[in-house]
Formats: sequence, structure tokens, C-alpha cells
Amino acid sequence: MKLLTCPINGTRPLSEFIFGGEYREAPNQDSCTDAEWAAYVHNRSGAPGDKKEWWYHSPSGTWFIAERNTLTDKVSRTYLLGPNNTANIDINPVQEASK
Amino acid sequence: MPFRLLKYALTKEHPAPRFFKSHETPKKSYDVVIIGGGGHGLAAAYYLAKDHGITNVAVLEKGYIGGGNTGRNTTIVRSNYLTPEGVNFYDASVKIYEGLSEELDLNLFYSTRGHFTLAHTESAMRTMRWRAEVNKHVGVESRVVGPDEIAKACPQLDLSCSGQAPILGALFHAPGSVARHDGVAWGYARGADRLGAEIFQNTEVLGIDVINGKVRGVKTNKGYIETKQVLSAVAGFTPRITEMVDLETPIVIHPLQACVTEPMKPWLDTILVSGSLHVYVSQSSRGELVMGSSLDPYEVHSTRSTLDFVEGLTSHMLDMFPFLSNVKVVRQWAGMADMTPDFAPIMGKTPIEGFYLDAGWGTWGFKATPISGKTMAQTIANDSAPDLIHSFRLSRFEDYELTGEKGAASVGH
Ligand SMILES: Cc1cc2nc3c(=O)[nH]c(=O)nc-3n(C[C@H](O)[C@H](O)[C@H](O)COP(=O)(O)OP(=O)(O)OC[C@H]3O[C@@H](n4cnc5c(N)ncnc54)[C@H](O)[C@@H]3O)c2cc1C
Repeated sequence: MKLLTCPINGTRPLSEFIFGGEYREAPNQDSCTDAEWAAYVHNRSGAPGDKKEWWYHSPSGTWFIAERNTLTDKVSRTYLLGPNNTANIDINPVQEASK
Repeated sequence: MPFRLLKYALTKEHPAPRFFKSHETPKKSYDVVIIGGGGHGLAAAYYLAKDHGITNVAVLEKGYIGGGNTGRNTTIVRSNYLTPEGVNFYDASVKIYEGLSEELDLNLFYSTRGHFTLAHTESAMRTMRWRAEVNKHVGVESRVVGPDEIAKACPQLDLSCSGQAPILGALFHAPGSVARHDGVAWGYARGADRLGAEIFQNTEVLGIDVINGKVRGVKTNKGYIETKQVLSAVAGFTPRITEMVDLETPIVIHPLQACVTEPMKPWLDTILVSGSLHVYVSQSSRGELVMGSSLDPYEVHSTRSTLDFVEGLTSHMLDMFPFLSNVKVVRQWAGMADMTPDFAPIMGKTPIEGFYLDAGWGTWGFKATPISGKTMAQTIANDSAPDLIHSFRLSRFEDYELTGEKGAASVGH
């Protein structure tokens, strides 16, 4: 991956982006156990596979989601998070140059 | 010339002695199965046999021994860490390394060079003072030095770093060393083999059988092996193994790259590290400059190399050593670093009976090879982890008792 598609600014060089880690749902803090909360705080799903991740386009200050395979490093789609905001940008073929 | 070389000159046959027996098919069962034939797995096999007399042991390596991070690192050995627990642990490793060539009867080219961690900012100086005090307290030789002493040890260094990041001082660590990394794997392999352990290359673990929370065996590409004790020592492959037993850990994988220049006459005696410039460098016994930098910026399970890495690294090398501008980089490569949030390893027992973890070695595990082998052997033999590795237990996360070593990582990751 050498290029990434920002849902707002389009395809840009990877050097403009910062990796924000895996997107994760927090357990309900009022009902979960201490062990569940500690697992949420510290543990990660580190095995390779398709992941939903936070990425940040730093020149424009845009946080968005990228779906990426952490073994092949291929991105399948990127979009803004939120109920009305799941702008579904399909990665254009240029992305294939990213070997 | 050693006699064993001379005798080949006198005989017509030249049978190259194998370092260890080549086994093809594993037995039906072993007392202990070690996954991963890197330095850590092989050292554990060696100490299981030597210290505990446990020799019915199989080491399973999916590729060739030392082909993982053991054969890919920049070979820096040091103990100038930040927490007393870390300093004690790595110091024990340095002490074993110092006598290891003799013990394993193999020249590991262990070379004590002295190690400077350069500070370019006041806040870095503060961390150096902190580390020096903790080190001294534990009895490890580290002290803060000024630019004069650095210039004396390395007159070629531009102390102003091209005016970009003038050097204010450094943490000097006298025991800092480099060694021949594949030699460490081969030495432990031969030692373990001679004592009775069996090493299987091209043998991949595909699954682990856990029944009622207890290990029962492993599935491999060469069939099923019964065992009640499994050690996972697979560094960058750890999440794939822990997934087999449904064990959650904080480990994530980032590539870490390194490169070497063409060989030069010896000129760099010491090991130099600059956190601000993201560089660590030493000169190998072959004359190459061995150089590394920070982690790749995002998670990937891959050992591909990138141009970004060499570009960034060499531009910072030129800030430090402008006269290198005509020297060529001849090789670059990457390993998969198994990173933990506190930059300390994860070692010891797990909630699964008979499943032991030696992982989370990220960018720092080569120096720990001897002591991790020794302490993991102890853990397996007694089914209980020694005090020396208590702070590295997996359950420290659940207890919110992290062992913060990020400030002692060689470069700001
Ligand atoms: C570029 C780079 C520079 C580094 N520099 C330093 C340094 O200067 N100082 C330092 O102290 N540390 C350094 N490190 C870290 C150090 O190299 C590692 O932490 C250490 O070598 C880990 O050793 P290991 O034996 O645990 O793992 P490895 O040597 O990676 O061995 C693990 C083995 O397990 C095998 N394996 C994986 N999955 C399976 C399976 N399913 N079945 C069978 N076998 C399997 C792999 O093939 C591999 O050979 C560096 C790392 C890198 C990548």
C-alpha cells in the first residue's frame, strides 16, 4: 500500500496518513466485568486478516475507516464513520499499484 | 588453526560435520514441544536439557532455524533499561552472553563495544539521567556523558548533526555489545541436539489441541504429536499461535527493517543510537555498517522492505556522518516485530494448562535470548515462573501492572 483513498480528499500518498489502530466497540462500562474491561483496554486481535481500522488524513484532519487485510496489505474500502456518513468509496484501480 | 580444521587438510575425505542431526519424522509423543526454532526456542530446549535433564523435547521450526527475527536483527546486546525489573533481567542475559562462546564452543563474535544513546533534547537528557540512576542502583554500568566524551569515542560524528539536532550528551553503557546472531541460534541448536533434544525444520504447527483447558497435543504438517507441555516461541507469528488456543493478548505485529552498507575498514568502534534521528548503528566484524530505525508505521504481517525506510534512515545517517555520502547500501530486509503496549515481553504461564508463552519480543528480544531460554526452561520444568520474569507475565495487563520500558526502546517508536 503506497496510496490510500481519503473519503473526502480522494487518493493521496500514504505519507499523508496516520494509522490509528483497529476500530473496536467498547463494552458497556456499567454492565461489563473488570476482566472484560481490562481485555478491552489492552488486548488486540493481532492475528492477520480483514480488519476495520482508523486512519487519519493529516493535512485535512479527517478521521475515517479503512477496511484492510493485514496480511496482503490490500484496502477494500474506506468511508467516514457515522449513521448518515458511511460514504462508501470504492478503491479505484490505482490502489493496485500498491504492492 | 584449530586441529579440527587441520585434520581435513590431511585426509582425502571432507565430511562436513552437521551441526545437529537432521530428523524427518517426529515421534508419537514428547514431554515438551517447542514451537519456533529461533534463538529463544532453541535456547529453551538447551536449558531444559542442561539445567533440568528434560531431553524428550521436540523443537518444531516451519522454515529453517534462525530464519525468523533471530537472523534479521541488528544484534545489539545491552541492559541499560528503565525499570529495575528490566535492568535485572537483561543484565542476567548479558552475563550469560559474555561466557556463551565458550559454553557453546562456538565463536559468536561477541564483541563489547560500549553503547552511546545520544540525547539531542533536554527531555531526552532527563530520560538518560533517569536510566543511568536506575542502572547504577541495580549495579549496571551506565552513566551520562557530555559531548567531549562522545567525540573522543567517535571523532567521525558531527556533534551538531548538520545543525539539525545538536547532541547535548549521551547515556554511555559500557557493556553494550554486538554478536553474530545466527551463530547464537546454531550454537544453541547444536548444544540442545547433543543433549538429546530433536530439532525438526520444515515442520509447521497447524493447530494445538486443548481439552478441558489442558494442552493435549499439536497438529503439524508431519502429523499429530502428543504432548502436555507446549512452548510458543514464535515472535512475529505469536498472534497466529495464540489464536489456535483462543488466547487474547495485546500483541500486534509491525514490520521492523534494517540494512547494511558495503564493507569498510574498521572506523566505528562503538554502538551509537539516536532516538531523535531514529538511527542505531554499529560496524560488523565484516566491516559493514549495520543500521536500523523505528518500526514501520502500521500493522502488517509481512517482511517486505520499503524505499521509505532506507531514504529516511540514510538521510539521518548523513546528518551524523556527512562523509558517508558515497557509501552504498547493499542489502535491506525486514522482520515482524511482536509489539506490546509497554515494550516489555510477555513470558511465562497462561490460563491454559501446559501452554507457555515466550513472546512480545518486538524490537528488543535478541539480547534476551539466553536468559529467556533459561527462565522459560525453568518455568516449564517447575510449572511455575521464576521471580525474574514475574513482571513480564501475561496477567500483568489484567492487573494493570504494566512494566513501562518504552523510554528504554532504542529509538522513539
Ligand atoms: C530488523 C530487526 C532488528 C532488531 N534488532 C534487535 C537488536 O539490535 N537487539 C535486540 O535485542 N533485538 C533486536 N530485534 C528483535 C529480535 O530480533 C527478536 O526479538 C528475537 O530475535 C526473537 O527471537 P525468537 O527466537 O523469539 O523469534 P524468531 O527468531 O523470529 O523465531 C521464531 C521462529 O518460529 C517459527 N515459526 C513461526 N510459526 C511457526 C509455526 N506455526 N510452526 C513452526 N514454527 C513456526 C518461525 O519460522 C521462526 O523461525 C530486532 C528485530 C528486527 C526484525
